[in-house]
Amino acid sequence: MNKENAITVKDLTKTFGAFTAVNNISFEVGRGEVFGFLGANGAGKTTAMKMLIGILKPTSGIATVANFDVISHAEDVKKSIGYMSQRFSLYNDLTIKENITFFGGIYGLKKTDIKVKTQELIEELGLHDEANKLVGALPLGWKQKVAFSVSLLHNPQIIFLDEPTGGVDPITRRQFWEMIYREAHKGKTIFVTTHYMDEAEYCDRVSIMVEGKIEALDTPKNLKTQYKVDTMNQVFLKLARNIE
Amino acid sequence: MGISVKNISKSYDKVMALKDISFEVKPGELFGLIGPDGAGKTTLFRILTTLLIADKGEATVAGYNVIKEYKSIRNHVGYMPGRFSLYQDLTVEENLNFFATIFGTTIQENYDLIKEIYVQIEPFKDRRAGKLSGGMKQKLALSCALIHKPKVLFLDEPTTGVDPVSRKEFWEMLKRLQKKGITILVSTPYMDEAALCDRIALIQNGNILEIDTPEVIKNSFPKTLFKVKAAETFKLIQDLGSYELTHSAYPFGEYIHFTSNNVDFNAKDLVQYLESNGHTDIEVNETAPTIEDTFMELSK
Amino acid sequence: MKRFIGFIQKEFYHILRDRRSLFILFGMPIAQVLLFGFAITNEINNVDIAILDHSKDATTKEIISKIAASKYFSIKQVIDNEAAIATAFKKGHIKAVLNFENDFSKKLISENKATIQILTDATDPNTANTISNYTASILKNYQEDLNKGATLSYQIVPKTRLAYNPELKSVFMFVPGVMTVILMLVSAMMTSISITREKELGTMEILLVSPLKPFQVIIGKVVPYILLAVINAIIIILLSLFVFKMPVQGSFFLLGAESILFIINALSLGILISTISTSQQTAMMISLMGLMLPVILLSGFIFPISSMPLPLQLLSHIIPAKWFIIIIKGIMLKGVGIEYLWKETLILIGMTLFFIALSIKKYKIRLE
Repeated sequence: MNKENAITVKDLTKTFGAFTAVNNISFEVGRGEVFGFLGANGAGKTTAMKMLIGILKPTSGIATVANFDVISHAEDVKKSIGYMSQRFSLYNDLTIKENITFFGGIYGLKKTDIKVKTQELIEELGLHDEANKLVGALPLGWKQKVAFSVSLLHNPQIIFLDEPTGGVDPITRRQFWEMIYREAHKGKTIFVTTHYMDEAEYCDRVSIMVEGKIEALDTPKNLKTQYKVDTMNQVFLKLARNIE
Repeated sequence: MGISVKNISKSYDKVMALKDISFEVKPGELFGLIGPDGAGKTTLFRILTTLLIADKGEATVAGYNVIKEYKSIRNHVGYMPGRFSLYQDLTVEENLNFFATIFGTTIQENYDLIKEIYVQIEPFKDRRAGKLSGGMKQKLALSCALIHKPKVLFLDEPTTGVDPVSRKEFWEMLKRLQKKGITILVSTPYMDEAALCDRIALIQNGNILEIDTPEVIKNSFPKTLFKVKAAETFKLIQDLGSYELTHSAYPFGEYIHFTSNNVDFNAKDLVQYLESNGHTDIEVNETAPTIEDTFMELSK
Repeated sequence: MKRFIGFIQKEFYHILRDRRSLFILFGMPIAQVLLFGFAITNEINNVDIAILDHSKDATTKEIISKIAASKYFSIKQVIDNEAAIATAFKKGHIKAVLNFENDFSKKLISENKATIQILTDATDPNTANTISNYTASILKNYQEDLNKGATLSYQIVPKTRLAYNPELKSVFMFVPGVMTVILMLVSAMMTSISITREKELGTMEILLVSPLKPFQVIIGKVVPYILLAVINAIIIILLSLFVFKMPVQGSFFLLGAESILFIINALSLGILISTISTSQQTAMMISLMGLMLPVILLSGFIFPISSMPLPLQLLSHIIPAKWFIIIIKGIMLKGVGIEYLWKETLILIGMTLFFIALSIKKYKIRLE
């Protein structure tokens, strides 16, 4: 197995009764890559991601995440990854500081480390004045930035992001992507699941899932050339249309 | 007969959600309210649908005053709130029937208006609304909002959380509804949807940044815009950030959108600067601004 | 009117499709009545006691055999020294010890007086109290037998008759209470939850932006629950009639009318709760804490109001359940008619009107 691969997926399948949610998919994600995992609602991307983060057992196939097998070493997988989603990321009724301390504790950081990290993080995000404000009172964009930083607390090798910037204002969104690029630059692998195609444009490579299968996998640029269109949105529409 | 908003302000506790907003929507227009979460879009929708009272200012919908004639407005507008707001434990048909009944009409009476949309979900009419996919839920919600043939249709972020295929279909439906003479006010956080409206208002932090047709707004971008690319994206962002001629540099998909603070800026200078910083595979090309570029420039 | 019927139809869909709530709605009253009727009771039966008999003569034997013969006690243990008493209590099975003094018969004859010590385990004060009363009355009977024929100069003989519930069945007390609790719960909690659910789901927004009038929404919400509550009341009365043989002395018509009055009272409270809460959870908490607790604790359902401290007695006046319990106890147990209950009925009507007025005033035609 290639050591430089952060994620290796081979013939991964998940069935629920007669329904095949994920149908024999294979792909690799390199270390330091920003990988977009796209698909419509119900295309199977959530199921696939749950298998990769070790909370759902595949029906067949192999998947290695951070060099750990997702079936036999699910706990090690969980320790090596960070996760952030649009729907749940932070507790709205805790302050920024309390959230960081809480998640630091969950990830098993030492008390002294948590203190140092919290301070670092707040400085880095420029949230000094807001550190003791409830997260619920923050604009969405800031929340997402804090949530991303929190998912990095335990220094994971791979970060899974679920629709991280939907609805966020354009400028904060750019700052968010800069943060993502910085982490990728440091060698972390970023796995973004989304159905917003403009988020897809930011990824190094994207895969598009349609009805449980990966129908396309390449750089956004190559996909656009291949399908002779200007945007990822059009690529997606073409792929989905072909199926119908 | 459309919508008129004059100097509307609204605050919650200490937060000003809307700051002295004014605009007009002409009858039969498809008007977009474009802005991120927390810009004040939902507050404005609630004021116009008579659910909230503004602190200051006046507004009329279909010629009716939102405070004094709120009952008339409630009879003549269709409203689709941001969250999916139908009864999940009722079937598709029961939901539609219910909304027809409370508006004093029947499905048959206005069937021609919703036909195009409803035929797509009709095969599932005995399914509970909670069990529908995102796209189908949205079609059902739109059918319910239309069932009483409203004069004005309010759609608050109808495409949030919906996949691109359903989004595209949804906008096509709106265009057809517009042809039937319905005035439509729609809000969205997605800048790429702005181009589908007749006119748009860009809104952020309770302020309207600009109101015009999407074309005019795009063309109002004050600077020459370049798209820049190099092998190392993160280093490129950093180096552009510390370049003395940079006015703005934002990641934009695989490119960085760049404007200069120098009117006589020459792209060759930038290429040189990047080369001297060790970049390879450098591309610098002029590009047409998008609504999003204008939005960022205006909100800077 | 068509709109209104459409609305009620929708409410019934909600209720009938939520199987779990429906099960609780009808299962709970049955379970509660059976539980209170069979398991939870103030009566004592076959209480385990121990005997410490220092004299072991004919009189003590006679008394002991009388006690053993009663259905209230069963003699589990005979102990022979004082120290063993504590051990017997500590083991926990023995609820009382009868301690006969030395030379019981002799003293009774020579001094006309002998002593039995009744020791009870007062960790459960109610039972302890009942045990000592029952024992005392057995002893009193025995004493009357002894004195038969003898002429005592003055004697007051109290003759007790337990009116309306001669067998002191606790189910007679619990059925009215349970009925009150259930009606309160079904009517107030369920309506408040069902209205706040519309707020939580966002459907209230659409209902508000529609020609439906606020009172139509409220009445539409209330009607199905009136029906459910009435069905519940009927189930409870049937259970008490046929399972517990508890007669309804008064008029069924009056009982029904008063129940509907109380149901409407509770429903208006439910609407009031829904106007001040924004989530189903808050509505449920307020219903439970604000209504259920007072109904159980302060209505006279379990704890007699007359033995409460004055502030609590005053507080109990504003609890509708208190008045309803007085009314239905009157109708079911005493068989009295409206001529004795008009005062309580008027109070309930007044409260109901007040709550309705308040909730109409509080009901928002807009969001916040």
